[in-house]
Amino acid sequence: MANKEVDKLSGIETTGHEWDGIKELNNPLPRWWLWTFYATCIWALGYVIAYPAIPLISSATTGVLGYSSRAEVADELTNAKIAQADMLAKIQSASLEEIRKDPEMLQFAVSGGRSAFLVNCVQCHGSGAAGSPGYPNLNDDDWIWGGKLEDIYVTLKHGIRFQWDDDTRDSLMPAFGADEILERTQINDIAEYVRQLAGLEHDGEAATRGVAAYVENCAACHKEDGAGDPEQGAPNLKDAIWHYGSSKQEIAQQIYKPRHGVMPGWVNRLDDETLKKLTVYVHSLGGGE
Amino acid sequence: MVTVYNSVERIDAEAVNSKEKRSSYAARVKIFPKRVAGTFRQLKWWIMLVTLGIYYVTPWLRWDRGQHAPDQAVLVDLANGRFYFFFIEIWPQELFYIAGLLIMAGVGLFLITSTVGRAWCGYTCPQTVWVDLFLVVERWMEGDRNARIKLDKGPWTFDKWRKRLIKHAIWIVIAVATGGAWIFYFADAPTLLKNFLTFQAPFVAYSTVAILTATTYVFAGFMREQVCTYMCPWPRIQGAMLDEDSLVVTYNGWRGETRGGQKLRRTQGEENFGDCIDCNLCVAVCPQGIDIRDGQQLECITCALCIDACDGVMEKTGKPKGLISYATLRNYNSNVAGVESPTTWRSFVRPRTYIYAGVWSLIGLIMLGFLLTRDRLDINVLHDRNPVYVRLSDGGIRNGYTIKVLNMRAEPRTVTLSLAGIEGATMTRTGSDAAPSNSIDVDLKPDKLVSMKVYVSAAKASLTGEVSDITFTVTNTVDEESASYTAKFNGPAER
Repeated sequence: MANKEVDKLSGIETTGHEWDGIKELNNPLPRWWLWTFYATCIWALGYVIAYPAIPLISSATTGVLGYSSRAEVADELTNAKIAQADMLAKIQSASLEEIRKDPEMLQFAVSGGRSAFLVNCVQCHGSGAAGSPGYPNLNDDDWIWGGKLEDIYVTLKHGIRFQWDDDTRDSLMPAFGADEILERTQINDIAEYVRQLAGLEHDGEAATRGVAAYVENCAACHKEDGAGDPEQGAPNLKDAIWHYGSSKQEIAQQIYKPRHGVMPGWVNRLDDETLKKLTVYVHSLGGGE
Repeated sequence: MVTVYNSVERIDAEAVNSKEKRSSYAARVKIFPKRVAGTFRQLKWWIMLVTLGIYYVTPWLRWDRGQHAPDQAVLVDLANGRFYFFFIEIWPQELFYIAGLLIMAGVGLFLITSTVGRAWCGYTCPQTVWVDLFLVVERWMEGDRNARIKLDKGPWTFDKWRKRLIKHAIWIVIAVATGGAWIFYFADAPTLLKNFLTFQAPFVAYSTVAILTATTYVFAGFMREQVCTYMCPWPRIQGAMLDEDSLVVTYNGWRGETRGGQKLRRTQGEENFGDCIDCNLCVAVCPQGIDIRDGQQLECITCALCIDACDGVMEKTGKPKGLISYATLRNYNSNVAGVESPTTWRSFVRPRTYIYAGVWSLIGLIMLGFLLTRDRLDINVLHDRNPVYVRLSDGGIRNGYTIKVLNMRAEPRTVTLSLAGIEGATMTRTGSDAAPSNSIDVDLKPDKLVSMKVYVSAAKASLTGEVSDITFTVTNTVDEESASYTAKFNGPAER
């Protein structure tokens, strides 16, 4: 600009811009601000050269350092695996009971088991492993197929009524009503008797009538006192825990046409260390035998 | 009266913030503080010696705490979450002691400011102490004010290069030592020093030293008074803290004016002038580069060096000392009004200082009370949220808890964990095959926290409702110290 205009009052040069007679003073930016600004410009230039920065059509510039966030994650995962390798080897060679007895392995197995549980098991058993009708609560001390470490391990490996595994735990309760093995009145009486076994409110007369039918049809698996048999996956009928509900109607329904839960076997999907960790985790939930 | 003024030469010094030239966009004017001797300068040397001594020596003091705790007297152990101060050990949940100390420091600062003004700024603030230290180096290398101004304006001769390089080298050594001393508060000092010198210390040690070196070098070497004037909030806050009874460095204009130098006095007559001979020495010695005769201003850190300078001049001119002195505004005003009113310690005696001192002591006493009666055994209980309760096969109800027992003594202890509040309730600890019982023994490691999972079972009939209270108590079998925690025990809604 050839002729600089100076504001008379403040003695400061103006920018020459005018709005309704008001002119803007040309005060310089603070120097520290300018230097910071220049420094960030230089930094940005270096950054663009060193790191991935400019998007191209199907990819982006890679930067001379060759950094990639994906590679960094992969590195971290590899490092985590390496860090776990020692413990995993110990878990692999130790028996389930040894894992449970060793505080260090127990802690590793329980936290690892919990992670595996949250990925694979919560869909049916719930995040707190408390289950829901038809899906057993894993916190309690009642086990359909046994609550010892070895029992839980086998259940986890091969599943229950899992058609793609020949070693799966399998048992079927006959549909006493639907297949016309028993009369409706007999089913009613057995249901009353089962409630009597469990110490629940019941019709005494009907229960007495049901004894004979129970012994004949049910005791083979559920035992005469109703204690059940984990070997056959026959639930305990006299305790306070009910897989499909304890009302007379729910019991009668189960006798008439039983529902049978299915659990997949995990032996082909999870490695053995993970299965062991899951076993110890489930066992540690409070009901393990 | 005939006075010889020739002994005091007028110095060509101007305040950096002189009213006539004040502007929002002024570039920094370099300040070359002149050396001065006197009472306050002497005091400041001693305070510098003591504060720097405390800073550098403290991490090297040892304090025996037995084999289970570090033997460094003052240690902030961030990795393990412990703070050690001689006989006191603080866990993270006891950080309120630190908060209390900070409140005390704040109230203490109010108390100091309301009585003796900005004594913190002038004598003990690290910025002031380190700038003073850097100025010692600068004076030693480049000489006093005039020599430094000359050197600064002069061409870059070999001699200038030499002086400047040595000065900056010494500054950097001091800066490294400053940053270096800081890290020893956070780890065992002898070990860290060895590791630091052999390049085996953690990266954060080197980066901390680097950052503190940079800030020390830049703040004390280059930014100096700008830190006080532009960066520090305290000069702004002091406006609310000072009152007419606070001591501030004051130019006693009532006896100083009309100021006049020797020439004027000779031509116009001594009787027309006050005591100020306008020698500008007070401006030349000021590390903030201001003129105290312009009145109290936010740039002034009350370092009192102008008092020393002026007292020296008054001595030479045969006038009473104290033309520039610590004075309260009240005394100043009555002096202006013609009532002689010297400033004494009586200005400290007033409700405001009573209140500050009272609050300060109260917080101190409360903290001391807490400290002397605090527990060294503690228990925290976290109730399982998912599931909140589990129904057992015998109809009983089970709740899970994560129990943390804190042994805050540096010795191993065995405690008994027991239950109360629910009739017949029993517990088991995961990983243990012991039969369910009402109490279990727990081994505690020295100065450590033990976390354990405990399952508590109770008959449904013994519960008082959907939610019952249950109390966990840990008792040390030896010294009977105990701690309790009352948690909730959940059950089904129907009885």
